Amino acid sequence: MAERVLMKGNEAIAEAAIQAGCRHYFGYPITPQTEIAAYMAKKMPKIGGTFLQAESEIASINMVYGAAAAGMRVMTSSSSPGISLKGEGLSYIAGSDVPAFVVNVQRGGPGLGGIQPSQSDYFQATKGGGHGDYHMIVLAPASVQEMASLTIKGFNLADKYNMISMILADGTIGQMMEPISFEDVEVEHYDKPWALTGTECKRKHNIVNSLYLQPEVLERKNFERYEKYKVVEENEVLYETYMMDDADYCVVAFGIAARVAKNAVVAARAEGIKAGLIRPITLWPFPKKVLRDAADQVKSFISVELNMGQMIDDIRLATECRRPVTLCNRVGGMIPSPDQVLQSIREAAKGGN
Amino acid sequence: MAIVFQKPKSLTDAVLHYCPGCPHGIIHRLVAEAIDALGIEGKAIGVAPVGCAVMAYDYFTCDMIEAAHGRAPATATGIKRSRPENIVFTYQGDGDLASIGMAETVHAAARNENITIIFVNNAIYGMTGGQMAPTSLPGQVTQTSPYGRDVKHCGWPIRVCEMLSTLEGPEYIARVAVNNVKNVKAAGKAIKKAFQNQVEGKGFSLIEVVSACPTNWGMTPKQALNWVESDMIPYYPLGVYKDRSAAKEAEAK
Repeated sequence: MAERVLMKGNEAIAEAAIQAGCRHYFGYPITPQTEIAAYMAKKMPKIGGTFLQAESEIASINMVYGAAAAGMRVMTSSSSPGISLKGEGLSYIAGSDVPAFVVNVQRGGPGLGGIQPSQSDYFQATKGGGHGDYHMIVLAPASVQEMASLTIKGFNLADKYNMISMILADGTIGQMMEPISFEDVEVEHYDKPWALTGTECKRKHNIVNSLYLQPEVLERKNFERYEKYKVVEENEVLYETYMMDDADYCVVAFGIAARVAKNAVVAARAEGIKAGLIRPITLWPFPKKVLRDAADQVKSFISVELNMGQMIDDIRLATECRRPVTLCNRVGGMIPSPDQVLQSIREAAKGGN
Repeated sequence: MAIVFQKPKSLTDAVLHYCPGCPHGIIHRLVAEAIDALGIEGKAIGVAPVGCAVMAYDYFTCDMIEAAHGRAPATATGIKRSRPENIVFTYQGDGDLASIGMAETVHAAARNENITIIFVNNAIYGMTGGQMAPTSLPGQVTQTSPYGRDVKHCGWPIRVCEMLSTLEGPEYIARVAVNNVKNVKAAGKAIKKAFQNQVEGKGFSLIEVVSACPTNWGMTPKQALNWVESDMIPYYPLGVYKDRSAAKEAEAK
């Protein structure tokens, strides 16, 4: 049996990153993800890696861009306001098609907001965040174990598709402790012939770049990138279903909200309401098919989110609005109780939506 | 017949896009000559800026990356920290380095990041069509200071070398110009030293090259070079502002 250790969610990300072969971390302090930087600051110098506290989030993401272009497994982590600042660099990295791993342990917003858990960066993570047409692979862990395994998976996917993969967590999962193991995801390796390594005067120079002044060329680049995104959408969707086999009412929730929702689903079943849960694990690519299929089965959907209703749009799109979708939410660092979610399920069951 | 003059090996055959009379060609050449002289072409990785030199990645034969506006020192840091055996340089203009990228510049210098920065100061934003730069001189007419730079309204130009040389961090800070043969030769030497320092692991070296922008200054190339002499250099005096190794040696004597 795999060895299990008790860890904080943020530390699990840091340790998993090291196990995934990441030897370069660039970051800037922000609550509630500071444990990641602290862990890296301690570990990296001892294993021949780089930990560097940058002068800003902007600088740190551009350091990531440099190390990623140099062919390294590299990461940064931040929380919501910091991710906004990294938006510029994320767009450049996406536009240059180099792989990078980014963590957003979300806090309430907008603006400086608060430091308590939130999921209000769903739009930012799944619809862009920086300028231009691009996507990141967005992974939403719901446990400390998933913080670790999705981190390793995130590095693999980034290298596989030369994309950014982002862990979209929240302050709760970042701060809580659970026993985990590091052995359930294999570390994959991919060649990087495009990387900046120095030509050794043996090959034509590699150029990492996102500038294409000829519109025909830039258009082609965008089309090519979206062809790649199609492949990701076809092959990399992850989700969990719970009690969906005979469900009449489908709760959709990710991350910490899904854990609360699961309790509510069990409670609803105890009252004779056939509720089930679909938990997207990849927020991009979004699990459209399972939701579309669920729309053939259930009477309505309940989206449980720690925001003002962001994923709910994707549920409506995936289900082509064939069933009503209601929102059950708390914001600003508040988390819905299982009772609140149960109440939303009851209302759906009464057809009161 | 012996070849007495040729294009440096480290420059590609691409035709430069720069305006007639623009000294960027000279400065590219000096960088390439330094790379050739030190035999580091195969190890060099260049970071292009946003600005007139945005397409520098097409002109150097070494591996190249295009950075975001002002972020070249951060991008270079990421490369150098992950590949310390490579020789990493940035090539940046005044808007890029001294305005939007000032934080990245100062902190790379403070860390004594072992990189080489070529900073081209022509006192104007060239690529976007001649707006006021952080180094535009008092009274200088630009598209966004049409009545001349009013220091009461928008502050004073920044002397980058003087400012950076107050930091403990950097190894070598020097200002050169390319407005005449003598200055071009001195600039070549300083640039080579800035790369040599990196090869020797000495740390952050920044060469500010006082340059010209005939197009956006509204001058002929000759008038522009004269203006460098008459107006730019008096405000931005040439010389070595910091040379830690030389200072240490002098102290030892």
